Amino acid sequence: MIARFIEGLLIVLVRLLAGAHARWQGCGQSPEQRIYVANHTSHLDVVLLFSALPEPLRHRTRPVAAAEYWTAGPLRRYLIHSIFRGVLIERDRSRLNPLEPAASALRQGDSLIFFPEGTRGPGEDLQPLKPGIFLLASWFPGVDIVPVWIDNSYRILPKGFAIPVPLLCSITFGTPLRFIEGQQQMEFLAEVRKALEALQPH
Amino acid sequence: MDTRIREVYWILGSLLTAVSIASLIGFILQRRRPDNSAVENLNARIRAWWVMILIGGGALLAGRIAVILLFALISFLALREFVTQAPVRRADHSALFACFFIALPMQYALIGADKYGLFSIFIPVYGFLGLAVIAALFTDTTRFLDRTAATQWGLIVCVYCVSHIPALMTLRIPGYERRTTLLMVFLVLITQISDIMQYVWGKLFGRHPLFPAVSPKKTVEGLVGGILSAALLGALLWQITPFKIWQAGLIALLIAMLGFLGGLVMSAIKRDRGIKDWSQLIEGHGGMLDRIDSLCFSAPVFFHLTRYFFSQS
Repeated sequence: MIARFIEGLLIVLVRLLAGAHARWQGCGQSPEQRIYVANHTSHLDVVLLFSALPEPLRHRTRPVAAAEYWTAGPLRRYLIHSIFRGVLIERDRSRLNPLEPAASALRQGDSLIFFPEGTRGPGEDLQPLKPGIFLLASWFPGVDIVPVWIDNSYRILPKGFAIPVPLLCSITFGTPLRFIEGQQQMEFLAEVRKALEALQPH
Repeated sequence: MDTRIREVYWILGSLLTAVSIASLIGFILQRRRPDNSAVENLNARIRAWWVMILIGGGALLAGRIAVILLFALISFLALREFVTQAPVRRADHSALFACFFIALPMQYALIGADKYGLFSIFIPVYGFLGLAVIAALFTDTTRFLDRTAATQWGLIVCVYCVSHIPALMTLRIPGYERRTTLLMVFLVLITQISDIMQYVWGKLFGRHPLFPAVSPKKTVEGLVGGILSAALLGALLWQITPFKIWQAGLIALLIAMLGFLGGLVMSAIKRDRGIKDWSQLIEGHGGMLDRIDSLCFSAPVFFHLTRYFFSQS
């Protein structure tokens, strides 16, 4: 199948570029349903995270991505639909519940890759988290939220440059956390933030 | 230049025998002490040696171009580890691009094309000046000298120095025609054996630390035992070189010394950056640079000494 071949090729390329060393620090690889919550600094992040997941897990894990970016142009549309099997959400809030596509993917039993900052940050440090992850976690309190820190990828392909440069990245998986009944939005987001920052090197 | 000469088969055969014996010993140790982390590390190292010998030997048997491509890949992986630790900023993106995708392929292409006049100065002259210019064009002056020096350093150590290993194949030595592949085998063998023997002598008899502030594991006993073992091996291997037996021993001694100093310098960089290994590429060994740091220093000096004293042109 062509899509599988392209997926494999992208993973080989990203490994050549980034090494993509996966550290399962706070949890193991598991087929159970999860929301991987990761920092986001580069277009390569989805492929990096994919490359860290073994194949059977990868094929049940879908990245949540911004519709307006991924539907511009046939190449992006092909990549997000056929290769990444992404869940597209509209960020402009014109719809009643922009997160509905992500919720429906969770109801189908898929795992998700979710970038809680909502967009790519400029570098090293985490941007303020959007409420999205709180909403998803509160609707699905039985699903493990796995914090993931992708280190260095912003240096491979900084905003404004078209061609990537080789540099080593690591992908660290932390200890899963869950939404606890009655938890407030601020409190929950602070907890996710703390879990992510705990994985940041130095 | 044919890399498939009789001596190459002999050496590969001996290495495979040696590593098979090592594997057997590792297996027996594993049986006796199932949960010993030192034994596990030893076995991981032996497994990695299998892979390195098979890849290196495969490239030798596949021919000159394969050897050049292998060292280009080694340079790529080493440079990737180096720049990860370098204090580079967003403005250095283009300079790094030039290192990886222009200077690196160019250097190995020049070696493939046997252009000594260019490959020996391309990076020190054009690369050195060019990287500084590219960095200045991006008008970010923060820590300018630190950043530029780091990219220049990375290019010299990981690409320029390493490329002198396959460049040995371009030497023309009277009475040694078609055999220069063996110079490369000699250099790599002596450097690696010296590393291993320094480790072994250090483990067995190491008492007096040499430079505890830079590299706590290096000891006087390890250094002396290691480089003397390497010199002895060099003398024993004199028949595969264009050197006389005493010259081979002396050159091997020098290679081992330089390898030690290379390891020391690269340890100083790692210390400063607060890392133990450059990466986790090779199980039990660390990164590519951890494995080749000694070669980075021994290769260019060995190349130029041999060229100056033994080759014509």
